[in-house]
Amino acid sequence: MDKPYAITLEVGTSRSNKTGSWRVERPVYLDRLPPCNQECPAGENIQGWLYHAEEGNYQEAWQVLMADNPMPAVMGRVCYHTCETVCNRAQLDVAVGINSVERFLGDIALEKGWKPRQLAKETNKNVLVIGAGPSGLSAAYHLRLAGHKVTIYEAGPMPGGMMRFGIPSYRLPRNILEAEVDRIIGMGVEIRYNKKVDDLSTVVNSKEFDAVFLAIGAEVGRRAYIPAGDSTHILDAVTFLRSMEGEELPKIGRKVVIYGGGNTAMDAARTAKRLGATDAVVVYRRTRDKMPAHDFEVEEALEEGIQMRWLSTIKHAGPGKLVIEKMELDDTGFPQPTGEFEELESDSLILALGQEVDLSLVENLPSIEVQDGVVQVGPNMMTGQSGVFAGGDMVPSERTVTRAIGHGKRAARYIDAFLRGDELVEPAKHEVASYDKIHTWYYTDAPQTVRPKLDIVRRQSSFDEVVLGLDEDNALFEARRCLSCGNCFECDNCYGVCPDNAVIKLGPGQRYQFDYDYCKGCGICVEECPCGAIKMEPETI
Amino acid sequence: MGYQPVKFYQTGSFVVGNRLLEAQDRTVQADMKRTNSLTLGHRACQGCGEALGARYAIDAAMRATDGKVIAANATGCLEVFTTPFPETSWQIPWIHSLFGNVAAVGTGIAAAMKVKGRTDIRVVAQAGDGGTVDIGFGVLSGMFERNDDVLFICYDNEAYMNTGVQRSGATPPAAKTSTTEAVGAHPGADFGKGKNLPLIAMAHEIPYVATATVAELHDLEYKVEKAMSFRGARYLHVLVPCPLGWGSAPSDTIRLSRLAKESGLFPVFEAEYGEVTGSSKIRSQVPVEEYLRPQRRYQHLFRPSANTEVIAQLQAIADKNIRRFDLLDTQSQSTSGNSLADQEALQTR
Ligand SMILES: Cc1cc2nc3c(=O)[nH]c(=O)nc-3n(C[C@H](O)[C@H](O)[C@H](O)COP(=O)(O)OP(=O)(O)OC[C@H]3O[C@@H](n4cnc5c(N)ncnc54)[C@H](O)[C@@H]3O)c2cc1C
Ligand SMILES: Cc1ncc(C[n+]2csc(CCOP(=O)(O)OP(=O)(O)O)c2C)c(N)n1
Ligand code: SF4
Ligand SMILES: [Mg+2]
Repeated sequence: MDKPYAITLEVGTSRSNKTGSWRVERPVYLDRLPPCNQECPAGENIQGWLYHAEEGNYQEAWQVLMADNPMPAVMGRVCYHTCETVCNRAQLDVAVGINSVERFLGDIALEKGWKPRQLAKETNKNVLVIGAGPSGLSAAYHLRLAGHKVTIYEAGPMPGGMMRFGIPSYRLPRNILEAEVDRIIGMGVEIRYNKKVDDLSTVVNSKEFDAVFLAIGAEVGRRAYIPAGDSTHILDAVTFLRSMEGEELPKIGRKVVIYGGGNTAMDAARTAKRLGATDAVVVYRRTRDKMPAHDFEVEEALEEGIQMRWLSTIKHAGPGKLVIEKMELDDTGFPQPTGEFEELESDSLILALGQEVDLSLVENLPSIEVQDGVVQVGPNMMTGQSGVFAGGDMVPSERTVTRAIGHGKRAARYIDAFLRGDELVEPAKHEVASYDKIHTWYYTDAPQTVRPKLDIVRRQSSFDEVVLGLDEDNALFEARRCLSCGNCFECDNCYGVCPDNAVIKLGPGQRYQFDYDYCKGCGICVEECPCGAIKMEPETI
Repeated sequence: MGYQPVKFYQTGSFVVGNRLLEAQDRTVQADMKRTNSLTLGHRACQGCGEALGARYAIDAAMRATDGKVIAANATGCLEVFTTPFPETSWQIPWIHSLFGNVAAVGTGIAAAMKVKGRTDIRVVAQAGDGGTVDIGFGVLSGMFERNDDVLFICYDNEAYMNTGVQRSGATPPAAKTSTTEAVGAHPGADFGKGKNLPLIAMAHEIPYVATATVAELHDLEYKVEKAMSFRGARYLHVLVPCPLGWGSAPSDTIRLSRLAKESGLFPVFEAEYGEVTGSSKIRSQVPVEEYLRPQRRYQHLFRPSANTEVIAQLQAIADKNIRRFDLLDTQSQSTSGNSLADQEALQTR
């Protein structure tokens, strides 16, 4: 070798020694499924949009959100956010306030007038959506994105379904709802109001449409037989709440009794109170912990002065008063009558005993199977009638706006495949990024110092609309509490901790790559990855 | 703690990079253009803490000096696994000395640079714990005493690893090595023997002495940079787990470094002119057992049954460190980020 004085070895010569051959296991990058994403009934990529929000890139965050859900501002108000219940951060300190960040994104998008991404090329296929509730609107949105022509037939005079005629405006301001619905309509969706479909078979037979999505909801208030005098004022909760949207506010008197223990009962009671009822009493036959209403709704109702009569049924409704029978739970937890009666003053009785689907429109289509009062669909959301899909409250599932929106998206994807004559193969779900995959050491060195402030903000934002300027800081902060479970967020740990320099950093947004020529398979990167986005696999020899 | 803790940017201070931070607030190791002083193809074992510690430290020294570093290296794993003739993994000017004289070689290079008027070029001498606390001790003490302008870095893996895990003066009590077997009434290395080089270095009243681990990169890099801000003799002692010698899983190298610090067995501190100026606080204290148990060199403390007496003796050492270096006190941390003003600053950034 010909080298200058005292230089004996060529720089970088050790590269000829490919230490990768020592390896018996190899690290591989993977995306695990964050628990929030797995839980979301609308199939949102929550971790994915939080990722952009963390950087303060709210527009991109909103776009990622919009890929799955066209109504973030509505969601941020009415979604029951089960994602937060399963959030891994909850096990560390407090769950990420996913719902509040979603609301922030939804609101800022409305304020700035952001528009959804470019539509696909027009396909000249016609799809009919029946019902302009969340499910129908979601399907219309996703179908438009895919380039199909969409017409909605809506029985009522306005869009929104139960979002407008059920959910009270103190929980969902109507301007927010309208703005998000308008944005969907603005994509070229045609809505025909006051156009109730009475017989689906005529639509199907007309061949006017290439596919149909049925989303008529469950809007008939369930009745219970209660012996009553003539003059007793009895109405169902759905009718009552719907009349709030009419010209004239309903007259219910000063003493109002609500029968039922679900969310609708809470909304009806709180609405009654807002209409001026001095006494709004919820009568429910079981105990508080058995109430189907969400705990926070019961809590808010109690805070507003709603009274609760648990373990009670209504035996008789006479003029001005009700007869109530006390119940007790038997060994199996079922309420049994005790024979003890009591009187309760009441000007009106509101029945909040659940809703049923008006299935008369499918009666002439025997191929559409109905069971337990709901329309049966396959995993592809299609009914027994080829080309007719259904979703939302009218199919078997939990009845929420979020689920309805999820059904709309799912159905749209299958309708799109159906129209193209394709088979839609859903990609296999990634394995879940459970809490044990999280390296908490890397996340916990400051939350105590920040938590008091956060709590105050949370408390405020759950009641009032938060001022935007202030909210941005908090939204950014809240987004940054996300652990990015199972998905690389470019913390550079693997790149740093490799003793063998065998991790290649590809640059911002590009993540990393292993240099398997040199990786010895020590596994430090896997051990030290904060979010569980690397795993070891046996080397095939 | 001298560096600014990263408070709430999704992750805290302990990750290497973090895309949400400004580039200058990330570690040297996060930089795509880091020197990689120690490059691909070196022959250290899987998960070697020494290979990691050396790249961390020398890359940081390179950044602190604008790339003007000459390193001298004692015999030991670091020398052997990087330079099997005719290959080298070093991408900086680097010279191998002998097992015992690296401090003197460093002194000589510094003197030569001074004569040439190139005091902008900085000298690092590095060695394993054997080369530092045992065979190299005399020349090192001389380098300290003369206050020669050299940063001496000891990569402490607590035994002579390169020649087959013999005990050194830095081997902790109860640890099994090939010369302190786990046999007899007092298995493993003896209690009451060995030396604490950081404290000995401090006794020389040199400008800067610090300890660090490969688990706290921001801290380690800060200390290298700090060391480079002084002229004269400086000493950095880095704990570097050795999977082979410790009998630990290669993947556990950083975890064990962390546990060494969190248990109090390895105090992380810094000192100027013989006085302790700060210590890195324990975040979530663990009993020494948690650190000992995953290592085969301490296996005899748990099998066939737990040797509670010896474990308690080791715990006492940790407890003494905690008192001596004030490892649990969070009040004195000037940058702990408790003030509301700090939070405001972080939220509006
Ligand atoms: C009081 C109340 C409060 C609620 N609060 C919440 C909440 O906070 N969060 C939450 O997630 N969920 C809530 N829900 C449930 C949620 O509103 C429903 O699950 C959701 O709206 C169902 O959506 P959908 O699209 O299936 O049906 P709907 O919202 O019921 O919409 C169906 C639409 O179809 C139209 N339609 C019906 N029949 C025909 C026909 N034959 N031809 C044409 N159009 C027709 C209707 O006019 C309506 O516009 C609440 C429900 C109620 C009643
Ligand atoms: C004078 C002399 N004696 C013995 C050796 C053999 N030898 C080479 S490296 C080494 C041990 C190195 O131990 P340490 O300094 O702790 O470094 P490590 O390998 O543990 O990193 C020994 C004994 C030698 N090279 N020179
Ligand atoms: S024996 Fe220990 S110090 Fe030496 S290369 Fe292997 S792991 Fe590193
Ligand atoms: Mg050693």
